[in-house]
Amino acid sequence: MRVRVRFFAVAKQLAGLERLELELPEGSTIAQLRQQLAAAAPRLRAVLPQMSFALAAQYATEQTPVVPDVEVACIPPVSGG
Amino acid sequence: MIQLTNQAIDPTEVLRTVQSPAAGAVVLFLGTVRADEDSDGRKTIALDYECYPEMAAQEIQRLEQEARNQWRLSGCAIVHRWGRLDVGQISVAVAVSAAHRQAAFAAAEWLIDRIKAVVPIWKQACFDDGSRQWIHPGLNAASELQDP
Repeated sequence: MRVRVRFFAVAKQLAGLERLELELPEGSTIAQLRQQLAAAAPRLRAVLPQMSFALAAQYATEQTPVVPDVEVACIPPVSGG
Repeated sequence: MIQLTNQAIDPTEVLRTVQSPAAGAVVLFLGTVRADEDSDGRKTIALDYECYPEMAAQEIQRLEQEARNQWRLSGCAIVHRWGRLDVGQISVAVAVSAAHRQAAFAAAEWLIDRIKAVVPIWKQACFDDGSRQWIHPGLNAASELQDP
């Protein structure tokens, strides 16, 4: 399945793009997506362990299954306020 | 009222939305851009905020609901600004009203703490030498990385 990942802040800066499409096996989880991302965007590798992920604009866990056509966001440590 | 805006925040307007005859206390918290200096002597002249709009609004909504579950509030308003803000400008306003001050103070403090911890908003420091740096708590090494 094709999954679109959206980047913000330092992740966007490092990846050099705002969105990236990944090809993942059906039933993949956020943990597997994280691994694929390290291969697809090597410049993100150093910070990937500190990134959170959101699925459909809600925080996901490593076990959350990724769903086709539902936006995944790569969320660096937040610094609002 | 929950709002993400790239326009200047008017505290009077925010306060107006939480005032109510049921409230004996109104607490307003404002976050403002501080003139900072880092270890290299670079001075912060502005902060550039980015947000994930759909999710940020949803997360703030969820926090308001959690606050209302913990304290009996009359009103609650949260406004966060995005885009480039100069030193002294208001980045966030949290206004809470309640029958008594204890609940209003506690809820306002809890809300700003949670906003800073979970809402997908990020700031980039803009320095007087023209350089910029993303601020990500716990990610110091990475935030030192600059564009090639």
